[in-house]
Amino acid sequence: MMLKIKRVPTVVSNYQKQEVEGVRHAGGCGRNCFRSCCLPGAKLPLYAFKKVDKLVSEKGLVNKDPPVDFLDALLLGEWEERMQRGLFRYDVTACETKVIPGKCGFIAQLNEGRHLKKRPTEFRVDKVLQPFDENKFNFTKVGQEEVLFQFEASEDDKVQFFPIAPIDTENSPSVVAINVSPIEYGHVLLIPRILECLPQRIDRESFLLALYMAAEAGNPYFRLGYNSLGAFATINHLHFQAYYLATPFPIERAPSKKIITTSHGIKISDILNYPVRGLVFEGGNTLEDLSNVVSDSCVCLQENNIPYNILITDSGKRVFLFPQCYAEKQALGEVNPELLDTQVNPAVWEISGHMVLKRKEDYEEASEENAWRLLAEVSLSEERVEEVKELIFEAICCNIKEEDKAGTKAVVTSTESNEDMDAIKGSHPAMVPV
Amino acid sequence: MESQLGLIENSFDLRYSKWVHDALDELPDSFTITDPCIHGHPIIFASNGFLKMFGYSKNEVIGRNGRIFQGPETDRRSVMEIREAIREERAMEISLLNYRKDGTPFWMLFRMCPVFSKEDGRVINFVGVQVPILRKMRSSEMTLCENRVGIRESMFKCCRREVCSDSVFDLGHSSSLESVSSYDDRELEINEPCQASELEKTKATAAISNILSVLTHYSELTGRMVCRKRCCFLTGNGQLTASLNISLGRIKQSFVLTDALLADMPIVYASEAFLKLTGYARHEVLGQNCRFLSGMNTDPTSQFQIKKCIQTEQACTVRILNYRKDRTSFWNLLHISPVRNASGKVAYFVGIQVEDGCKNEEDKRALRPETRQLSVVGAVKVAVRGLSIRAAATSTS
Repeated sequence: MMLKIKRVPTVVSNYQKQEVEGVRHAGGCGRNCFRSCCLPGAKLPLYAFKKVDKLVSEKGLVNKDPPVDFLDALLLGEWEERMQRGLFRYDVTACETKVIPGKCGFIAQLNEGRHLKKRPTEFRVDKVLQPFDENKFNFTKVGQEEVLFQFEASEDDKVQFFPIAPIDTENSPSVVAINVSPIEYGHVLLIPRILECLPQRIDRESFLLALYMAAEAGNPYFRLGYNSLGAFATINHLHFQAYYLATPFPIERAPSKKIITTSHGIKISDILNYPVRGLVFEGGNTLEDLSNVVSDSCVCLQENNIPYNILITDSGKRVFLFPQCYAEKQALGEVNPELLDTQVNPAVWEISGHMVLKRKEDYEEASEENAWRLLAEVSLSEERVEEVKELIFEAICCNIKEEDKAGTKAVVTSTESNEDMDAIKGSHPAMVPV
Repeated sequence: MESQLGLIENSFDLRYSKWVHDALDELPDSFTITDPCIHGHPIIFASNGFLKMFGYSKNEVIGRNGRIFQGPETDRRSVMEIREAIREERAMEISLLNYRKDGTPFWMLFRMCPVFSKEDGRVINFVGVQVPILRKMRSSEMTLCENRVGIRESMFKCCRREVCSDSVFDLGHSSSLESVSSYDDRELEINEPCQASELEKTKATAAISNILSVLTHYSELTGRMVCRKRCCFLTGNGQLTASLNISLGRIKQSFVLTDALLADMPIVYASEAFLKLTGYARHEVLGQNCRFLSGMNTDPTSQFQIKKCIQTEQACTVRILNYRKDRTSFWNLLHISPVRNASGKVAYFVGIQVEDGCKNEEDKRALRPETRQLSVVGAVKVAVRGLSIRAAATSTS
């Protein structure tokens, strides 16, 4: 029996329609979309980022000018331009928002317009990996005006910007598009290799792109998030989300306790004093090292059919990973009806402490206690999380960086290699029950 | 970099007079003074104690941001807490791992305190004091030691091998310290968070006090007085506006913020670039309505257009003839947009000026001026919404 829940999906594009399974759409459209009917000859700005070598801030003397906030300005400027063109379904800055009093500082927003009162669609929530379905909505169906720019690595060692660049279909471009039902100002979607129509699943390349975007924007209030299938992703087309909010997220303020440091210098810690159990990854000698450890962890969860959410914060220096089980609980009827009534689907933003509420009474009565209670339902149990952690650590073949107390550091070299990883991938059974 | 150093010297000396340097140089402590209103929030003064402790020369530090002393093992969450304290303009204290010029890390107690203008309640400077944490102690041992007389000795006695076993590495490794006698801070386990002792905290408090006394005293000489607490009662948007200074200082373009809730919509913020473009000084424009920029040949239709947009809370772009202080004119591609605070209501209007005909030759590859202009709108909207979100919590619903 397939586990499903009913949900009214978020409208992220003005061209998104209620897709009913099995119905085929006539080809071609005249909608100026991203498919072969409209794409040839289309042009978009192209931002080519410099591959940053070092993750950490430079120590000592560096006689360079502070980086120009190029990507930041491009994102904000293009987003505001679409705003003034009327492409968004509502002005998110007109939605009341507040910090809920308490120690955690949960953030609540009253947004009555984000979800339409359409009939709910059924979503399958028991499989994290599902094949791409051309008949369902995907991002090649968005209008080109909803796409802000292409986002690629630069050929040489500096940032390049091309205000008008052709979309090179051979080159598998990655793009940044608006979310027409924004949660906050600047809400965009990062769609890696859009034309390849990849399903919602993380791999090393795509995660690295997301991390580069965070680092490149260089703004601690611009955060990226990812929801796997089964963890409230509604569109099975590989994408990350991002937006600006100039206040700390509760998850960012939660203390952490180090578990281990990998041989590449990635520190992995438990999150403490927070309703949702998870891991935080930080450090590393390069951005790529951090990226690989996190994406390998995600791949491990995907292979084991464990839904999860990812939050990238601190301009790409800190990454949070939350395995979760709420959707399945919901499908099995195990969630408190009071919580279900709020219709808060705990995706990455909610888990991080940013809640969008549809009903005025929920907003008025929002309390730290309620928020904590909802998020606690999302979290895996302590035992379960330990099991998941074991899976992850085994998968990333990490070696403890031994701190020799006599003063010399003995670093056990890593046997991390692709071959090792493949070997491990095959040895785990599928679904691990909650 | 040249002009920035000039700005730094200027701002510091104008406020405190040039004699303040000597007075500050006499203090033995390690401290820095920063200016949040200058782009990049740079250090504008570093004490001799600071330079000695970190191993830098004055030239290497002035004009740089404090983050250059952070490194790979510096706790990111602590960095975030400092950033938030700056944004919220409050004092704070935290143990932090910093790095010297030679790359060696060390733990220190960082105490930070804002300095407010007595006149308008804006934050003028932040003072940061750094007290090295010399003996690494676990917090559980702290209370034990503090109760005894002769803190130094007992601290040493407490740190016996058995007591200091590390429970963080719960993977079966025993991690006792090899030797107790050589308490070189280079042997510190830098991954382990480090607590400051009462002694260190007291040192920090005393240092802050001394520095603030000096600053207060010397600000009296110039008449531009500062104080430790915000002593100005700010109404309406006032509190928010004052706090915006730090966030808006990041934006390099010419723009002003006008207060939508006050009669005749006065300018409450003007960027450096705006002052440079128009030739006015800050105190000449704050509190004024923007109409002073218009002059003899300004088309009243454009002025009317602006008025209409403001009344209907719409964004608009007009090409309007404006005048500088020296009465020379320029064509201003002015973009105006309403800016809402966290309550969802319009709290400000932002006006961004682009001098028409002023083309940046070098940059075919740069953003279009229109995009840059709109990016300012976005940046201001994000800053205002973010900063007012906490105020929204305290107001009654």
